Amino acid sequence: MTEHPTEYAYFLGCITPNRYPGIEAATKKIFKEFGIETKEMVGASCCPAPGVFGSFDMHTWLPVAARNLAIAEEMDLEIYVTCNGCYGSLQEADHLLKGNPKLKEQTNKILGEFGREFKGTTKVNHSIVVLHDFIGLDKLKERITKPMNDVNVAVHYGCHFLKPREVRGHGSSETPYILEDLVKVTGAKDVDYKDKLMCCGAGGGNRTADSVQSLEWMRQKLVSAMEVGCDCMVHPCAFCHLQLDRGQAEMEKAFGVFFNFPILFATQFLGLAMGLSEKEVGLDAQTTKMPEKLLK
Amino acid sequence: MGTLYEDIIDYGGEVFGKEHLETLRECVQCGKCTGGCPSGRNTAFRTRKLMQMALVDMREEIFNAPELWFCSTCYTCYERCPKGVKVTDIIRTIRNLAAKEGHMSVPHRMIGVYVLKTGHAVPIGPAQMELREAVGLESQPPTAQHPQNKEQLEQVQTIFKTTGYDAMIDFDWDTMNLKGMDKGGKK
Repeated sequence: MTEHPTEYAYFLGCITPNRYPGIEAATKKIFKEFGIETKEMVGASCCPAPGVFGSFDMHTWLPVAARNLAIAEEMDLEIYVTCNGCYGSLQEADHLLKGNPKLKEQTNKILGEFGREFKGTTKVNHSIVVLHDFIGLDKLKERITKPMNDVNVAVHYGCHFLKPREVRGHGSSETPYILEDLVKVTGAKDVDYKDKLMCCGAGGGNRTADSVQSLEWMRQKLVSAMEVGCDCMVHPCAFCHLQLDRGQAEMEKAFGVFFNFPILFATQFLGLAMGLSEKEVGLDAQTTKMPEKLLK
Repeated sequence: MGTLYEDIIDYGGEVFGKEHLETLRECVQCGKCTGGCPSGRNTAFRTRKLMQMALVDMREEIFNAPELWFCSTCYTCYERCPKGVKVTDIIRTIRNLAAKEGHMSVPHRMIGVYVLKTGHAVPIGPAQMELREAVGLESQPPTAQHPQNKEQLEQVQTIFKTTGYDAMIDFDWDTMNLKGMDKGGKK
C-alpha cells in the first residue's frame, strides 16, 4: 500500500473560510480524528477562480495560482482543498507548469519579483480523496456512531472535481463513485436522479453575469433530486455550497418559492454521522435547515 | 491581430500549448456539445454555433453577444466531444481575447477589485468572523486578507500590476475601485 502523508497544507480559498467556516471546522476535526495534521498556509490568496480569472486573463490567473502553490512548497507539504474551484485552479496550474518549462520560467520571473518560486514539488489533493483513498472506507466505517440508515442522499459532484478527467485523474466523469462510497459508508442510501451530473450553475462567472438564469439551472437540479425522494444533497465544493444553499434564499426572492432542501458538504455529512453536532459543523448557521432524521 | 482562429491559437497556445487549441479545426458541427450543455437548455448560448462562428472569424458578433458569458465552464462538452475538441479551454481563450478588447461587464470587473483590495474574490467581513468563532475557529484565517499579512497581499497586487490586469479592468489605485464608478463604471 502506498504511504500517504499524515500532514497537509490546507488551502482555504475564499468561500470556505469567509462564508461557510463550518466546512473548514468539520474537515479539520475529522482529519484530526484520523491522525491527519492540518497546517495553515500563511498569506494564501484566492486560488484564483478558474472559470472567472481563467476566463478573463489566464496570464494573471496562472501566476496567482503558482504563488499559492509555492507557499505549500516552502512548507514542504502536499495540499488539500475543500472547494472544486480551488482544486480546479491549483491542480490545473500545477499540471500546466510541470508540463511546460517555458511557461514555468515566465511565471517564475513574476514570482521572483517578491522572492518566490514555483518548483513543482507539491501535489494538490481534494479532501474527499484524502478521505476515500488515504484514510479509506474501512477506517471511516469504524467511526460511524450515528448511522444515516433511513436517509436518501442526492450526490452532487460539481464540475471541476471530475473534469477535465485528463487533469483530475478520477476516472470517467460520467460514472463517478467516490462521493457515493462516502455517503454509503454512513449507512445512507445514494439515490440516482435525473440531473445528478449537472452543474450547479454558478461557475465561469455565470452566477455573476446573470444570477436569475444561473438560479434556474439550480432550481431544475434540486427539483430533480426532490422528485425521487431525496432528503438532502451532499457535495464536495464550497462554491457549489454557496450557490445551492444561499441560492435557495435568492431563489425565493426571484421565483417566490423556498425549497429548504438541505445542502451539506461531504465532511459536514460525515461529521454528523461520526457524532459531531449540527453546531460544530456550522449547519445551524446556513440558509437550508437540517431535518430531524439527519440529526438524531 | 490575425483572424480570431489565429489569435486563439497564439494567445491560448502560450498557456495550453498550440495543439490543444488547434483541435478547434476538428469540429464537425455534430452538436453533441450543445446537446449536453446545461446552459444551452436554459439560455440562447449554443456551443456548436460558437465553435463555427470562431472558425469563420465572426469576432465582433461573438464578443458582443452576452451568451459568451453564459458558459459555466462545466467541461461536459469538453469530455464528450467525439473529435477531441478542447471546447471549454477554447471558450476561456475567446473570453480572454474579448476581455482584452474591453468586453467585460462591471460585475465581472468587480471580482478583480475584491482580489486587488483583499486578496480574495469573496472577502471576509465582521458577520462572517462571528460565524468562524461559533465553530471554534480563529476569527480571521491567516490568508492574504489578514491585517498581519499586508506584504502577502502586496505580492498578489504586484502580479496584477505586472500582467496589466489592473489596467484591463480600469482599476484606480487611489480609490481602490474601478475608475469612473460614479459614472456607472463603463469604459
